[in-house]
Amino acid sequence: MSDLLIKDLRSCAPGLAVKAMEAFDLTLRGTEIVVMNGPSGSGKSLLLRAIADLDPSSGDVWLGNEARVSMKAHEWRKRVCYLPTESAWWFETVGAHFPNSDIDCLKKLGFDSDVLSWEISRISSGEKQRLALARCLIRSPEVLLLDEPTATLDEARTLLVEELVADYSKRRNAPVLWVSHNRKQMERISKRVIRIHADGSIEVAQL
Amino acid sequence: MSVISLSPVDLAIAASLVLFIALLQWRMRLGNTQSLLIAGMRTVVQLMLLGLVLKYVFAASNLLWIAMMATVMLLAAGREVMVRQKRRFIGSWGFLLGTSSMFVSAFSVTLLALLVIVQPEPWYLPQYSIPLLGMLLGNTLNGITLGLDNLTRNAWEKSAIIDGRLALGETWTNAISDIRRDSIRVGMIPIINAMSVAGLVSLPGMMTGQILAGTPPMEAVKYQILIMFLIAAGTGMGTITAIVIGCRRLFDDRERLRLDRLR
Repeated sequence: MSDLLIKDLRSCAPGLAVKAMEAFDLTLRGTEIVVMNGPSGSGKSLLLRAIADLDPSSGDVWLGNEARVSMKAHEWRKRVCYLPTESAWWFETVGAHFPNSDIDCLKKLGFDSDVLSWEISRISSGEKQRLALARCLIRSPEVLLLDEPTATLDEARTLLVEELVADYSKRRNAPVLWVSHNRKQMERISKRVIRIHADGSIEVAQL
Repeated sequence: MSVISLSPVDLAIAASLVLFIALLQWRMRLGNTQSLLIAGMRTVVQLMLLGLVLKYVFAASNLLWIAMMATVMLLAAGREVMVRQKRRFIGSWGFLLGTSSMFVSAFSVTLLALLVIVQPEPWYLPQYSIPLLGMLLGNTLNGITLGLDNLTRNAWEKSAIIDGRLALGETWTNAISDIRRDSIRVGMIPIINAMSVAGLVSLPGMMTGQILAGTPPMEAVKYQILIMFLIAAGTGMGTITAIVIGCRRLFDDRERLRLDRLR
């Protein structure tokens, strides 16, 4: 699959009191995992949402040589998937949110095969976060935009998620942009870090 | 049989009942006293004015006058739809969405009833056209208000769900489908209820009026059935139009949920 190219991207999300951020440029090669880091409120999530075209933005984004504007918005979001920190669930059971019952990646995240029959109202926030990742991966996106995907997980589950995402990225040749606050995690999963500072400046550094 | 004329004292007795409830609300600190009194006064003033105007419109039976009156009724209905919503579309959309939905539904159904079904001579005979349009506007207003209020409120409260579905690559129609279905259902509830209990629990207002005025019950019944069906069709058409257009307006050309279009 393809590289993700971002040029001059700036979120134009309506009504948000976020200080003007620098225009964002980045090239993410397939299989590359890059972490993004910065104080809360600095606009990390807004940037991911802008890439996924969930908020209005200025600038251009390409997947390989296909421009974002050249495809339908839902098609783009299917291929460039944004995973918010807090997942939303709208059906009664876990299984209803999954397009098929291929539970391979659910097993890798530590779930039993009966997880699909669980009721949403009974699952914990940590379980929700892992299930949301599985729900995203099962749709085979080509780029992953992960917003603190291990924020509610313990050490062991965090490592499971890191392993699963790294494996997915390698197997599918899929670039990953991963928001993290955890220094050790950043060093484990990535060689490059994008730092967004409180004043809106953006710096790319090697880890 | 002629109608027993009501004296001012008769109306005053009924008014004192409303005043009593207002007093009770005020003493029990239930709030809402003001809106009850204002609504009561509006009833008196608006109906009195209508009585005066109708007297001339009926006498003249002039198409232009009737059209003007219909326009005033439509604009007033459009304003009511707008102000009764907690979260409404900003800008001219707030007014135009409800108004145009009522225009296409209530007006087309009224025209159909006049030209094809009842066929008075001339077709716009105000004794028929004005009350018909009034009943249709009043009921579609209800359906559209309930439906739109449900739509905008749910879109606001469940924005995380809509957004989550969009993020997974669903189309905007899919992401809002549950809310849209529910909003249309809510808009249709009053007329479905009214048709279900008609004659069994309630004697519908128009039929009651005709019977009081001396129409044979079976004639009044036939008219009431006609009106019920017209209202059901008008409400359905109006609610579906408003909800479908409203849903579209909640998303932009890149299928993003745009809550900034609501206030």
